[in-house]
Amino acid sequence: MTEPQTSMPLLRLEGLGKTYSGPVLADVSLDLHAGEVLALAGENGAGKSTLSRIVGGLTSASAGSMLIEGRPYRPASRRAAERQGVRMVLQELSLIPPLSIAENLFLDTLPSRYGLLDRGGLHRRAQPLMARVGLADMDPETPVGDLGIGQQQMVEIARGLTGDCRLLILDEPSAMLTDRETALLFDQIEQLRALGVAIVYISHRLDEVKRLADRIAILRDGRLAGVQSAAAMQVEDIVRSMVGRDVGAAFDPGGRTIGDALLDVRGMSRGRAVHDVSFTLHRGEILGFAGLVGSGRPELMRLLFGADRPARGDMVLEGRPYRPRSPREAVAAGVAMITEDRKGLGLLLPLAISANVTLASLRTVANGGFIDHRAEADAARRLIGDLRIRCRDGDQPVAELSGGNQQKVVLARWLLRDCPVLLLDEPTRGIDIGARYEIYALLAELSRQGKSMIVISSDLRELMLLCDRICVMSAGRLAGAFKRGAWDQDSILAAAFSGHLQSSSQEQA
Amino acid sequence: MDAAPSSFPSSSPSPQPAAPRPGRSALTRYAGLLAALVAMCVLFGALSEHFLTAASFRTIANQIPALAVMAVGMTFVLIIGGIDLSVGSVLAFSGAVMSVAIVQWDLGLAAGIGLALVTGMVCGAFTGTISVSLRIPSFIVSLGMLEMARGGAYTATGSRTEYIGGNVSLITDPWVAGISPAFLLALIIVMMGHVLLNRTVFGRHLIGIGTNEEAMRLAGIDTHPPKILVFMLMGLLSAVGALFQVARMEAADPNAGVGMELSVIAAVVIGGTSLMGGRGSVLASFFGVLIIAVLESGLAQIGASEPTKRIITGIVIILAVVLDMYRSRAASRSS
Repeated sequence: MTEPQTSMPLLRLEGLGKTYSGPVLADVSLDLHAGEVLALAGENGAGKSTLSRIVGGLTSASAGSMLIEGRPYRPASRRAAERQGVRMVLQELSLIPPLSIAENLFLDTLPSRYGLLDRGGLHRRAQPLMARVGLADMDPETPVGDLGIGQQQMVEIARGLTGDCRLLILDEPSAMLTDRETALLFDQIEQLRALGVAIVYISHRLDEVKRLADRIAILRDGRLAGVQSAAAMQVEDIVRSMVGRDVGAAFDPGGRTIGDALLDVRGMSRGRAVHDVSFTLHRGEILGFAGLVGSGRPELMRLLFGADRPARGDMVLEGRPYRPRSPREAVAAGVAMITEDRKGLGLLLPLAISANVTLASLRTVANGGFIDHRAEADAARRLIGDLRIRCRDGDQPVAELSGGNQQKVVLARWLLRDCPVLLLDEPTRGIDIGARYEIYALLAELSRQGKSMIVISSDLRELMLLCDRICVMSAGRLAGAFKRGAWDQDSILAAAFSGHLQSSSQEQA
Repeated sequence: MDAAPSSFPSSSPSPQPAAPRPGRSALTRYAGLLAALVAMCVLFGALSEHFLTAASFRTIANQIPALAVMAVGMTFVLIIGGIDLSVGSVLAFSGAVMSVAIVQWDLGLAAGIGLALVTGMVCGAFTGTISVSLRIPSFIVSLGMLEMARGGAYTATGSRTEYIGGNVSLITDPWVAGISPAFLLALIIVMMGHVLLNRTVFGRHLIGIGTNEEAMRLAGIDTHPPKILVFMLMGLLSAVGALFQVARMEAADPNAGVGMELSVIAAVVIGGTSLMGGRGSVLASFFGVLIIAVLESGLAQIGASEPTKRIITGIVIILAVVLDMYRSRAASRSS
C-alpha cells in the first residue's frame, strides 16, 4: 500500500503554481493514488494551504494543470470540486452555531416536504454520518454552538463525508481535538483508505504525520522539497527537509548557573483546579510544567500572576511576601506573563513594534507624562537589534510580523521592563520550527543573564530541550519533579497520568 | 543560533523631546479631509456669491466652538471603544445649572461657570464609573444619562428658558478680527486634545485600551481609571460647550443640545475615528466639525430647504466613512 501503484493515479498535479504579489507556490508535480494517505508538511507559509485550496477548488492555479483519472480537472469553485468527489475540511470552522448538527451537515441539500423542512428525513440521513465520527450519542437536533470545539471539528469532518467522496483534504484537523477524538479521526481515516478514498493530510504534528501517512510530501518556500515514503523518514529528517538545514544543532541549553531561591510557592490551592502546589524557582532557572489538558497548569499561572486569588497558600518573592491581587501588582513586583494567545491577549496588533515594546515601561521613555518619541524609538531599535526581530523598522505594525518575531516583541516588552520572573505559556505555539529554535536560544541566553522562567508547554520535547527542571502536574496536584538528566519521557508521562487515574471521575479533560 | 543579546540596560530618556511623527496614514488622512473641505468651499463659492466672504467664515467660526470641543471629548470616548449619547443633555443640564447659579442664587459669573463645569464632570464620572466598574456598555448607561440630565435641565430651569443677561456674552462676542474668545478657546482645546492623545502616556494607554484591553491588563496596566477619566473629560467638555451656547444666546434653554450627540459623533466619524475603538485623531475630528459646519452654512446660503439639508448631510456622513475605509485599506496594502 505504501508503494506508488503502477495504475493511473487518482490525481496528478503537473507544474502547479500560484502567484499573488509574489510566487507562493511554484512547479509542484505530484501523483496521488486511490487509497493512499499523503501528508503535506512544511512551515507556515510554505504553500501547504495554497496547494490544498487549489485542489479543493477554493483558489485557481496560475500555472500548471491537474488531472483526475487522466481527465483535465480545473474546478471553478468548491462546489465544482465536490461534484468531482473532491472534498475539503477547512482549518477554520465554517459551521453555523445556532443551527443543529443535522442542519449543518446538509446545509446545501436540506430536504423539504411541501416547502417545510423535513426533519425526520434530515435526521435519518444525519445519524449514520454522525456515527462515523463518534457522535452517535448526540441528538442531531443539538445546536452546533453547544458542542465543544473538538466535537465541532468532527461535525466539520462529517460534512466532508456527505455525498460522493474520492479525495478528502484535511487541513490541520487534529489541531483542536483531544487525544480520544484524534484516535477516532484516525480510525475514520483508516476506514476511508480501505474504501479506496485518497486522503491529503496537513498537520504540524510530525509524529502524527509519520504514523498516519503512506507518503510525505514536504513543501519549502512554495516548492516541493521532496516526497518520500513515511516509513523511510524519521521526524528529524522531516524537520530538516522542511527547514532546509539542521535545526537544533546549534542550540546549547547548557552553560547556565542556577542561583539561590527567587520565588517560593507554598501550598497554593484554588478550587478543584489547583491543589496544594509547592515549588521553588531559582535565579537563572528555567522550570518547566508538564501535564495533560485539565491538569491545572494555566490556573496555577493565573494565581502566580494575580489574575486569580488563591484560596490557600503563600508566595515569597525575593525574600518578601508576594500576594498579587491583579496583574498590575504582579508586574510591579517583577513577574511578567507571556500568554499562549499572543495575538488575542499579548499584543496590540495594529500598533507599531515600538508601542508594543514600551507598553509596560512607558514611564521610562516619558518626561512628566509626555512620551519622548526619540527615547521610545531608541529603546525599540536597541531591542530589535538585541533580539534580532526581523522587521522594516520600529514603526512597522506587529500584525505584519511572523509568529516568531511577534513572540520576540512580547519578550522585548518584558526585557525593557526588566522583570526578573517570566511566566511563559506555550511560548512557541504557532511558531515555525526554525524560528522556534531562535526562541529557545533566546530564552537560554536570558536565563544565563539571570532571568528566571516558568514554562508551560504541551510539547514534552520542548520542555526536555529547554528546562533545568520539570514539574509535572496531574489533576491539580504536583505529581512529580524531575531534574535535567534524571528524567525520561515515560516517567514524566506516568506522573502526568497518575492523578487522573486515581480520580478518573473527577474531571474529564 | 548564537544570538547573544549582550545586555538589556534600562533606557535613559533623552531630555529633549523629539518632534511628533504622525504616520503616513495620518498624513494622508489630513490631506484627504483638507481636500474635501477645500472642494466644498469651492463648490459653494461657485453656487453662491456670498459664500466665499470673510463674513460667512466668521459666522462659521463663531458657530462651531461647542461642537468642536465636544468632538474632542467624543474622539477620546470612541478611541477607548465607548460611546456617549448623553452629551447634548449634559450640555443643557450644565447650562441650566449655570443660569440658576447666576440668576437665582446670585453667585456671579465665575462661580456659575465653575458650577457648570463641575456638573458636566459629575455627569461624565457617573456614566464612566457605572459603565466601567459594572461592565455595562456605555451605550446603555449614557442613554440613561441622556434622560436623567435632560430631566435635570428641566427641573433646574422650571422648564423655561432662563435669561441671564449681557455679561456672559463677552465669551462669544466677536473680538479680534471678528473672532470670538470662544473660538480661540476651542482651538486651544483641540490642540491640547491632540497633544494629549499623541504625546502622553495617558493617550497611549487609551489607544491600547481601545485596541485590546485584555492585553493592556496583562501588561500590568490598570485600565479602569483612564476609562473613567475619559468620560469625565467628555462631561467637562460638554459643560464647556454649554458655556459657549449659553453665552451666545445669553440664556439657558432646557431644550438646548437635543440631538447634538449625533452631530458630534458624525463629526468625529467623518474625521475617520473608528467606532470599534483604538483608531482616531483629534485633529481629524476637528476637520470633521469644519466639514459639517461648512456644509450646513453652505447649504443654507444656496437656499436649500431643511429636508434637503438633512438628506445631503446624511449622504456626506456615509460617503466620508466609505472613503475613509478605502483610504485606510489602501494605506495598509501599500505598507
